Amino acid sequence: MRDVAIVGVGMSKFGEEWNRGFREIVIDAGKKALNDAKIKGEEIDGMFVGTMAAGSLIGQEHVGALIADFMGLTPIASTRVEAACASGGVAFRQGYMAIASGLHDCVVVGGAEKMTDVSTASVSDALGGAGDQEWELFMGATFPALYAFMAKRHMHEYGTTEEQMASVAVKNHYNAARNPCAQYQNEITIETVMKSKVVASPLKVFDCSPITDGAAAVVLMPLEKAKKYTEKPIKIIASAQASDVIALHSRRSLTELAATKIAAKKAFAQAKLTPKDIDVCEVHDCFTIAEIMAIEDLGFFKKGEGGKASAEGKTRLDGEIPINTSGGLKGCGHPVGATGIKQIVEIAWQLRGEANQRQVKDARIGMTHNVGGSGATCAIHILEKGF
Amino acid sequence: MASEALPLSWRRIPERYCLIGNSCENCKTNFFPTRKICPNCRRRGKLADKTYSGKGKVYSYSLVNVVPQGFELDAPYVLAIIELEEGPRVTAQIVDCGEKDVKIGSLVKMVFRKIKEDGDEGVIHYGFKFGLVK
Ligand SMILES: [Zn+2]
Repeated sequence: MRDVAIVGVGMSKFGEEWNRGFREIVIDAGKKALNDAKIKGEEIDGMFVGTMAAGSLIGQEHVGALIADFMGLTPIASTRVEAACASGGVAFRQGYMAIASGLHDCVVVGGAEKMTDVSTASVSDALGGAGDQEWELFMGATFPALYAFMAKRHMHEYGTTEEQMASVAVKNHYNAARNPCAQYQNEITIETVMKSKVVASPLKVFDCSPITDGAAAVVLMPLEKAKKYTEKPIKIIASAQASDVIALHSRRSLTELAATKIAAKKAFAQAKLTPKDIDVCEVHDCFTIAEIMAIEDLGFFKKGEGGKASAEGKTRLDGEIPINTSGGLKGCGHPVGATGIKQIVEIAWQLRGEANQRQVKDARIGMTHNVGGSGATCAIHILEKGF
Repeated sequence: MASEALPLSWRRIPERYCLIGNSCENCKTNFFPTRKICPNCRRRGKLADKTYSGKGKVYSYSLVNVVPQGFELDAPYVLAIIELEEGPRVTAQIVDCGEKDVKIGSLVKMVFRKIKEDGDEGVIHYGFKFGLVK
């Protein structure tokens, strides 16, 4: 196994991009990553693209070939990866394995989703495919409803409050307002969240991540070669993935994601680190309760104390462990397949010291946590400043 | 998915109409919906049909205001994860109640209801929901 490094990163401006389609946003992100890596197209010998629902959202499958075509990179091996909202994180892991194994020498990993070309109802139906279609969605479940079940249990078992959940959205909007690529550039208050319309009780509109168009891309190389291309290589020191039963009702507990705990345990073992060693972390906050559960499952806080820690500001930019400096899925936006790659891009910027207004001081080690559906897939990566 | 294929609905009739799941005779674990492989024993498992009583309690719940296509007439509705008395949990609606009537632990019993309609010309799907035990 070879050590693998990130030599270039890029992302499109996340948001409602009515004037740009799937191809345009992917190419935008891809060009930025390639420019950042200072490499030529001919040097790339493989590509992975994470996208969840191009088929149902824009009627386009065969996305691997499509992107190779419009990036002008044919005939390279180009593969689409799908793992619901974890498509990006899982695609990144495929790229990592391709380089680590020695089969590829320079790989581009992208993630993208074009979500605003169809109605909100159609988006909900498409995203519903991340759950158990026959036994959850058929019965009238929606993704907000599934996370509402988790929130209700977390409130019941640990006394977590709606205000504590709201504080996650407030913090993530604060960070997003300091990220020029984020969908939302406005700060909000606890009251904004509490007064927003209930989607699936106790979750309100401002507890939910939005519908977003966006793409992100990174360039990977063997660490040894990376040093010839960049003065600021980012080393991948752990790559872990786990699965769980797909239907939420089949889980033993609703207040933790077993796949997160297992993937985190593996990742920390690979990197020979503990949660205390992480300087900055991007977690999968598709709903505010998901961030609270994630910071517990990853080991930053004890089970049941994530809500309190969030409300006390421990996850803010200047807190004990800054979480979702990009604005997270809530503030930066959640173009499903792009999210896992955007998390990597944000951590790379943090470790390179290029996060400007939202820079975490002296960040040396960062982590990404990407979840599919209600937790049936989890991909975790730990990155280290390689310079 | 706004509509569900007719053969799929037909295949699911024993489970959705009668709460027939199965149980592994090797490790004594009950399953709903049916599994073709016991996840505990895998190929050593021995699965046999099991009809559930339909009695259970609320494990978690939510009042769903923004509903999927096909459920507009029911909106808003209380959706819950029900723990059946035999162990397995299912996702289903709780009928004839408001959010305030339901608590974690509330006792419920299965009722047979229309689940959803696939548009004006499509199939009407039926299956289990639950009612609060007074
Ligand atoms: Zn068994």
